[in-house]
Amino acid sequence: MTQHVDSVKTYAAVFIALIILTVVTTAVAFVDLGPFSVVAALLIACGKMLLVALFFMHVRHSTRLTRLVLVGAVLWLGILIAFTLSDVFSRGWLGVPGR
Amino acid sequence: MADFAHAESLAVREQFDTAEQQKDASTLGMWIFLITEIMFFGGMFLAYTVYRAEYSYAFAVASSSMNVYFGAFNTVVLLCSSFTMVMAVRSAQLGLRKGTVVYLFLTLILGLAFLGVKVFEWSEKFREHHIPGMAGFHLDGVPPDQQGQAQLFFSLYFAMTGLHALHMIVGAGIVITLMYFAWKGKYTAEYMTPVDIGGLYWHFVDIIWIFLFPLLYLIDRHLGRYIL
Repeated sequence: MTQHVDSVKTYAAVFIALIILTVVTTAVAFVDLGPFSVVAALLIACGKMLLVALFFMHVRHSTRLTRLVLVGAVLWLGILIAFTLSDVFSRGWLGVPGR
Repeated sequence: MADFAHAESLAVREQFDTAEQQKDASTLGMWIFLITEIMFFGGMFLAYTVYRAEYSYAFAVASSSMNVYFGAFNTVVLLCSSFTMVMAVRSAQLGLRKGTVVYLFLTLILGLAFLGVKVFEWSEKFREHHIPGMAGFHLDGVPPDQQGQAQLFFSLYFAMTGLHALHMIVGAGIVITLMYFAWKGKYTAEYMTPVDIGGLYWHFVDIIWIFLFPLLYLIDRHLGRYIL
């Protein structure tokens, strides 16, 4: 049975990167970037998520089927968020009575 | 009896051709469970996004009242626990029984440390009367007509961090179970699927916190000097 055993070095490097990103996101939060502070915070969070998923959760060694399922999950979450927000933020654009 | 259980866990069940196929099926099954969890938490993140956009002022003040240092410290604690968890999985892959048990134990301690800090943070909220629905609820810096909106922030805060903490408690139970069986010598380099998928769960809970931390503690921090 083939299984990939990553080196301790790889895991340690990923761990240090995660700690650095945590310090960076906390520091950046105190800087006034206007509306981009949300963007910066979420980009760093997504980067950390990718590091954890790819290395710690072994997605980079996983089967194609698992990856396909994960892409499907991201797509579905995207639909949930995009459709709900497009509804909420477009309310009031038309003068519909009762709104 | 223990030997029998060991032999049974190593055997390939009849619906599978190979041990590898059996392991891939277990991993995929765990991922599908985690995806239902993503959709579950996704709904809460979405609710938070909608109300934060709607009641941005009250939410910014409430978010800035969080203690960012406890939040950052807890993030580091959880990342450390993810590292020890991945080392436990690696030890199990190499068939190192003692290493697996030690790293699982460290993971458990770090997980409990996270929950300990959380208890402290929550009790602080109770002392400050920042509890939604509490008779004396008052958040400084928010006009009286927006106090309800601030309560909504704390409702979402407690719901999201509470659900996350519940997942941590379940995770601690999983780690204790894995530790017990690893100690008994149930896992070998050929069969360590439970440690592997237990690790997937633990890292997933870590990822949820990776998003909760900036959204609840950080994103309106830069407004602090204007509004407080």
